[in-house]
Amino acid sequence: MLEQITVLGGLDKKGSPERIRSLDIKAGEVLAVIGPTGSGKTQLISDIEQYGEEETLTGRRIVIKNQQDTGKDKDLPRYLVAQVSQNMNFLIDMTIEEFLLMHARVRAIPDPRETINNVLETTNQLSGEPVHLSTNLTQLSGGQSRALMVADVALVSNAPIVLIDEIENAGINRLQALEILTGQGKIVLVVSHDPTLILMAEKRVVMKEGGMESVLQTTPEEQKMLEGLLRSEKQINLLRDYLREGRLLWQEFWCTVR
Amino acid sequence: MRFVIIAGTPSSGKTSVMIHTIRHLLASNLSVAACKIDCLHTSDDERYRRLGIPVAVGLSDYICPDHFYVANLEEVECWAREQRADIVVLETAGLCHRCAPAVHGCLSVCVIDCLIGIDTPKKIGPMLSTADSVVITKCDIVSQAEREVFHNMVETVNPQAKIMDINGLTGQGAITLKNEIVRYNSLEGISGKELKYPMPAAICSYCSGETVIGKTYQMGNVKKVDFGGEN
Ligand SMILES: Nc1nc2c(ncn2[C@@H]2O[C@H](COP(=O)(O)OP(=O)(O)O)[C@@H](O)[C@H]2O)c(=O)[nH]1
Ligand SMILES: [Mg+2]
Repeated sequence: MLEQITVLGGLDKKGSPERIRSLDIKAGEVLAVIGPTGSGKTQLISDIEQYGEEETLTGRRIVIKNQQDTGKDKDLPRYLVAQVSQNMNFLIDMTIEEFLLMHARVRAIPDPRETINNVLETTNQLSGEPVHLSTNLTQLSGGQSRALMVADVALVSNAPIVLIDEIENAGINRLQALEILTGQGKIVLVVSHDPTLILMAEKRVVMKEGGMESVLQTTPEEQKMLEGLLRSEKQINLLRDYLREGRLLWQEFWCTVR
Repeated sequence: MRFVIIAGTPSSGKTSVMIHTIRHLLASNLSVAACKIDCLHTSDDERYRRLGIPVAVGLSDYICPDHFYVANLEEVECWAREQRADIVVLETAGLCHRCAPAVHGCLSVCVIDCLIGIDTPKKIGPMLSTADSVVITKCDIVSQAEREVFHNMVETVNPQAKIMDINGLTGQGAITLKNEIVRYNSLEGISGKELKYPMPAAICSYCSGETVIGKTYQMGNVKKVDFGGEN
C-alpha cells in the first residue's frame, strides 16, 4: 500500500529551478493542480506517471513510500496513476456486468461478485440516474459513465493515485466521488479550472511556466465559500430537474430550496 | 548506430509517437534519421522533415511492402550511416499483419491504439508478439478500466515486451520510449542479421501483375481453401 509520494523539484521551462523543491502528497489526500493552459499541469502528472524513468524533461524526481517498503519496482501496481476525464468513454459493446467481471479477473480480485455489486451501488450513489448490471456500457449517459469510472477506479483498479481531469459538474456528485476515492486510501490529483472542485482539495499546487510556483492550503474562509458554492450548485441542479420535469418556476424558488 | 523499427496497425499513431520521441532524442544531442516505407503514397515524410532531420521514403509500388522492406534494410542502414545518424527510425506501413518486420539486433516497436477492441491484440499476430516494445496510444479517450483490460490482453500476447502508454497528441509518455531507445545496443551492421519471424512464401501470378480471376491464370505458389468434407 502506498503511503506517500514526494515530488522533488526540477527545472521550469526556462531551465531555472522551480520554486517548490519538495511536495509531499499522502494517501487519502486531495491535491488540486492549477494554473493556466501551458503552465505545466500535464507535465507534472506525466512526471508522476513515469516515476520509474531516471531521465525526464524537467529533472524532477518522484520518491514513493510504501507501507512495507521493499524498495522493489515490481511491488508497485502497473498503473500508478488511474485517470478519469471528460474525454473518456466506454467503447466496449458489453454489459456493465460482463465488463466488470472481466476487469476484476484481470486484476485478480478474489471475490468478483461482491466487488461488482459494490461498484454498481457506488455508481448509483454518484449519479442521479441509476444503471443496472444488465445495462450496456455504450448506452450510458455522460454522468453515468463518469460515475461508473470513478466507482471502478476506486474499487477495482489498484492504482494508488487517481487523476480527475476536468470532470463536468452535471450528472455526478463530485464531493462524494472524492470522498469515495480518498476513503479507499487513494491520493487524488484534481486538474481543474472549476473553483468548487479546486476548493474541495485540502491543498493546491499552482503551476507557472512549467514549474511548481507555490503550494497553498485551503483556508477555513475558503471552506466557508465552498459551502456556498456547493449550495448554489445544488440549486442549479434542482432548477434543472424542475425544468426537465416540465414544471414552472416561481419567484421565491431560491428561498424555497435554500 | 541504433536501428529502430516501427510497425503497427494503420493510423495507430506511429508517426505521432515517433515525432515526440525524436524531439526528445534531438534534445539530448543525438542525431536521428527517419525513413518511411509505404505502398503507394505517404505524407509522413513531410511530418518528419519538419523536425529538421534527414528523411527518406521508399514506396513499394507493385511489390509486397513487407518484402520490399526486408530487401531494402541494408540500403536504409547505409543511407542512415551516410547521414551520420546515431539513430535511424524506420517506419513501416504494417499492412497485412501476416508479416512482422522485427530483426534481431534492431529495437522493434509495435504501436497499437486501444480503440481497436479488446480481442484485437490476439488477432494481430507476429507483428505484436515479436516486438521488443509495445506502445499503446489513444488511452486519453477510453476509460481506465478498458485501458487496464487492454494492457492485460497485450501482455498475454507478448509477455516479454516492455509495454508503455503514449499519447500521440500531447507526447505524454514519449520519454519512456526515448529512454528505451537510448538504452538499446548499437548495431554493428545489419547484413547477416535475421528476421525474427519468416515472411510468407508468395510467388504466384498475381504477385507479378496478373488481374484475371480463374484457375488457368494461376501459376506458382497457389493455396486453396479447405472447405472440409470429401473432395
Ligand atoms: N486522441 C488521440 N489521437 C491520437 C493519438 N495518437 C495519434 N492520434 C491521432 O491518430 C491519427 C493517426 O496518427 P498517425 O501518427 O498518422 O498514425 P500512423 O498512421 O500510425 O503513423 C492522427 O489523427 C493522430 O492525431 C492519441 O494518443 N490520442
Ligand atoms: Mg505514419
